[in-house]
Amino acid sequence: MTIKTVYKRPKLLKERLFHYCPGCGHSVIHKLLCEVIDEMNLKERIVCIPPPGCSVFAYNYLDIDMAESAHGRGAAVATGIKRVSPETIVFTYQGDGDLSAIGTAETIHAANREEKITAIFVNNAVYGMTGGQMAPTTMIGQKTTTSPYGREVNKEGYPLKMSEILSVVEGTVYIERTAVNSPKNIKKTKKAISKAFQVQIDNLGFSMVEILSPCPTNWKMSPIESWHWVDKEMVKEFPLGVIKDRIKVKKC
Amino acid sequence: MNKYLISGNSVIAEAAIRAGCQCYFGYPITPQNELTEYMALHLSRKEGCTFIQAESEISAINMVYGASIAGARAMTSSSSPGISLKQEGISYLAACELPAVIVNMMRGGPGLGSISASQSDYFQATRGGGHGDYRTIVLSPASGQELADLTQRAFDLADNYRTPVIILGDGMLGQMMEPVEFHKEAPENLSTKSWALKGAKDRPSKIIKTFTSNPNELEEINWRLFRKYRLIEREEVDYETYMVEDAELIVIAYGIAARIAKGAIKKARAHNLKVGMLRPITLWPFPFKKIQEISKRVQYFFVFEMNMGQMIEDVQLALEGNGEISFYGRPGGVIPTPSEVFRILSRQYYQKGLNR
Repeated sequence: MTIKTVYKRPKLLKERLFHYCPGCGHSVIHKLLCEVIDEMNLKERIVCIPPPGCSVFAYNYLDIDMAESAHGRGAAVATGIKRVSPETIVFTYQGDGDLSAIGTAETIHAANREEKITAIFVNNAVYGMTGGQMAPTTMIGQKTTTSPYGREVNKEGYPLKMSEILSVVEGTVYIERTAVNSPKNIKKTKKAISKAFQVQIDNLGFSMVEILSPCPTNWKMSPIESWHWVDKEMVKEFPLGVIKDRIKVKKC
Repeated sequence: MNKYLISGNSVIAEAAIRAGCQCYFGYPITPQNELTEYMALHLSRKEGCTFIQAESEISAINMVYGASIAGARAMTSSSSPGISLKQEGISYLAACELPAVIVNMMRGGPGLGSISASQSDYFQATRGGGHGDYRTIVLSPASGQELADLTQRAFDLADNYRTPVIILGDGMLGQMMEPVEFHKEAPENLSTKSWALKGAKDRPSKIIKTFTSNPNELEEINWRLFRKYRLIEREEVDYETYMVEDAELIVIAYGIAARIAKGAIKKARAHNLKVGMLRPITLWPFPFKKIQEISKRVQYFFVFEMNMGQMIEDVQLALEGNGEISFYGRPGGVIPTPSEVFRILSRQYYQKGLNR
């Protein structure tokens, strides 16, 4: 009898227990990044900019160069690295508070300058690490610790759609919104990440993958319920799919 | 050697380029715009160099942080309100032990203040400025020539100690034109920086970070930083003395205020008043020992600043009660004249009976 390996731990994922909660999307996204970076053979030329937030400890798991950024400043830090070292593949790993609240300006202007960087934007509709406060991406009616009666449009506004906003910025080349709440969506996310990195390798411009990611702890749900909630609720505000693809135009 | 007649802001920019500055990130604010504009004209097209007009001061300092991570000599410049915005980034640079040069051409404050020259940011510059336990080296130029020399020194200090260095000028120095010589040309090969991140090639992966969930680990980092700061305090104190040998009254002033004070002292000497000056060139580390040494012979000190009295606290710390201090300050961006300062200090001189 021969044994065939059909699944194994990604080479770049350090052998360490995740600190993430059960059902959290970060661990899946970390695994996908490790797989993609390994498959695309980028370890020797890639730098990740992790944010403050739950994923501040990403360096404990991904065996690649990392430089931690201040809250929201990822795109500016990535700009500095990339301009000095254009051959380096630079990507930010940012949450919704980081990229779409405190870092909105940095993100939009880096995109508008057509910086050759990639944003991995993890949208779980709350501030996770600080204990589940309302984020710009919090759903209408969603209860959080700072919207205890549910998010009200006339007081707290609407869920902010950064992918759509960035799609009208000229410097963005590729933007896709995916999710990590099912095997099918996880596969699509992996494909989107490698496409986004390829855009940078080909020096085409700014690329981003927005990943809808469950946060069972702060949503006060079981992991299974949180996966369903992504499908039932989140995708209504944040529809999945390619939001912008200018790869062909930029290549010719 | 060629002499150049250009504004102080342009002197800093040219000196930075000649010091091997590869990256400049800035945001418009008066009175330092000539610096940003000079970089746009002369650095942006230079092979391997980067100029970005950022969307904010916050972004600019974070681009400096990124460029420093990648191993480049990087700088930013601004004036008081903009420097407040950069404090977050400066704290991170200090924490990560990354070199950077930050220029503050001070203007009057608080708030939006005025665009006229002031020294209102002494506290902010010499006490770290941002959150957390750290210091930055602070250089205080007082002339066009010193803008050139100290800018070049700033890059070396930043690299040698892996720490952010502040050049604390003011709106007047930035706008003034004086003949200047550039003593150093850009080094051919800047040493490669072992901490730079460009991908884990032929070595294990590395992390540049500031966050730790373990207070004991952070305490060790704090100790390490302060061991470095103690070394800087031992090695890098710099100052100028002017007519101190026989002086009965010592003026202590820095930057453009020291320049004005020099004019006042010349007038005093013409009236046979024995007045001299100590001018700190490094505001941090501060020349505590030199002041203590002078205080063994001299009893009276006259602190002159273009603010409500900030450096005076360091002078008090230095004197430890040995000596008498009087203070004259003009805040708000008002520029006092040498005659005005002479009037005040000669009054002090006579009141203390130093003419007897």
